[in-house]
Amino acid sequence: MDKKIEVRICFGTLCHVMGGAELQLLGEALPPDLKKHVEIKGSTCLEFCHQQGQGQPPFASINGRMLSGCTLQSLIAELYKELN
Amino acid sequence: MAINNNAMLIRRELLTRVAQLLIDNQLIERIDRIPLEMRPRGGDHTRCCIHKDRAVLKYKLMGILGFNIHDEQDELTPLSEYARQAHARTQLTDVVLTVVDEACSSCRKNSYEVSNLCRGCVARPCMVNCPKKAIHFAGGQAHIDPEGCVSCGQCLKVCPFHAIVHLPVPCEEACPVGAISKNERGIEAIDPAKCISCGKCIVACPFGAVVEKSHLVEIFRTMQQGERPVVAIAAPAIAGQFGADLGRIRRSFRMLGFADVVEVAYGAEVTARTEAAELAERLAEGAPFMTTSCCPAYTGMVRKHLPELQPYVSHTRTPMSYCAEQVRQQLPDACVVFVAPCSAKRHEAFHDPNVDYVLSFEEYGAWLIAAGINLNTIEPDTLDGLPPAEARAFGASGGVTLSVKALAPEGSVRDLQISGLDKAAIKQLRAFCKAPTANFVEVMTCEGGCINGCNVISNPKIAARQLQAAVDKAPKIA
Ligand code: FES
Repeated sequence: MDKKIEVRICFGTLCHVMGGAELQLLGEALPPDLKKHVEIKGSTCLEFCHQQGQGQPPFASINGRMLSGCTLQSLIAELYKELN
Repeated sequence: MAINNNAMLIRRELLTRVAQLLIDNQLIERIDRIPLEMRPRGGDHTRCCIHKDRAVLKYKLMGILGFNIHDEQDELTPLSEYARQAHARTQLTDVVLTVVDEACSSCRKNSYEVSNLCRGCVARPCMVNCPKKAIHFAGGQAHIDPEGCVSCGQCLKVCPFHAIVHLPVPCEEACPVGAISKNERGIEAIDPAKCISCGKCIVACPFGAVVEKSHLVEIFRTMQQGERPVVAIAAPAIAGQFGADLGRIRRSFRMLGFADVVEVAYGAEVTARTEAAELAERLAEGAPFMTTSCCPAYTGMVRKHLPELQPYVSHTRTPMSYCAEQVRQQLPDACVVFVAPCSAKRHEAFHDPNVDYVLSFEEYGAWLIAAGINLNTIEPDTLDGLPPAEARAFGASGGVTLSVKALAPEGSVRDLQISGLDKAAIKQLRAFCKAPTANFVEVMTCEGGCINGCNVISNPKIAARQLQAAVDKAPKIA
């Protein structure tokens, strides 16, 4: 069975304004070899923004692991890491 | 245009911090600390040193407070003093953009360079094809004589090794009307006689050296004084910006302290009807074509750079203008704040007697963050009514044409749409004047329309989908 990776993208206003708006394109930006492994979910706020020292928005998580300062490219690189 | 980069993130952080201080009523007391907090001792810096970074942040804040950087009299004037002056200010100007000369990196003059990849080939097409004979060979490589070079780019096109590179000046490249150029110190300066306030230079500058002057201080002051109801009128493009429906956006404005929020789409409906009638009248009188008037950067371009097109520009007012007038009729003492996708609207608003201030989409987003409002988790307001679908569609290219076509007799409109005004499009318009191929010309300065203005948050692809969802919820124009 294909390995499944869950990525949660924060759609909260803080993340959205601070660069997260672009992450809504993740589904379209995924390379075909990643696509079948990745399940994309949205979150109204991943709550990382309320915790001190968690880095900069926008936030996302991959299989529960917090990621800060996300861009489409950094998320794709992290997804490959997770897959391998 | 929403481009994710650090210059944009710094701008939004600065706006958020200013909004936070305004909410806390601590602007004068604490604004001088912002550069220190963002670049603390021992932390990272992006320019030569931390002090340079802090100086640049200071000047960007000066712009956000609504001042022209070049009006500085004394370098030692602290931000707290500018904040004090901003609080007391009663006059605005229509100069909406200011260049932070500390931030401008004095990019090398737009030029072509020969790189090490040059093989000194026998064919030497660069030298042979240079119309100015500005290329010679020495030491086995081509050399461009900077005095003779006219930056035509011919050498780059013909080099088989791709050894010639173009070094652009990004703001100058982006400006469609040649309004930004180097001053005697090599720093970029905006010529107000040429500038159309489109804001393309804000987006293009990789150093974030162009700042849009903000009205945040004035808006907060009016709210705090509590003497006039502050009413937001939101451009149709807002529907695609925050991943939230218009009900939530409406609620958020009320949470921020606005007395009411009105969709500018109601004004767009008047624009659509008036423009459709004007088109029919002009064509009946024998005019070859008419062109749109709702994008102020475009009409500014025509006025300043393409006067032969001026007689064909519609006299119909913009959606913002009609909407502000409607609000003014209902609430004569209201402070009307236009929520805008671009800096050209700030320029237009200055000249509109019914608009007091402008709040850009970015400033609204920063204010939401500072106020701790998450659009996804608040209850939506119910909307008072629905403007027509075609009026909401004004937020993207094609929206004006759609509405005019819907109102005009079937088959009478032969349209040409220019979505994105650059130097080539201006050339195209110049040629069009001489030999028109359509009777209705819609021009949007930003590619894709207002959903891609210089102040937008969302990627235009996503914004277009979300705007369409708002359009689909509304009834067709009748
Ligand atoms: S808004 Fe993104 S983590 Fe809270």
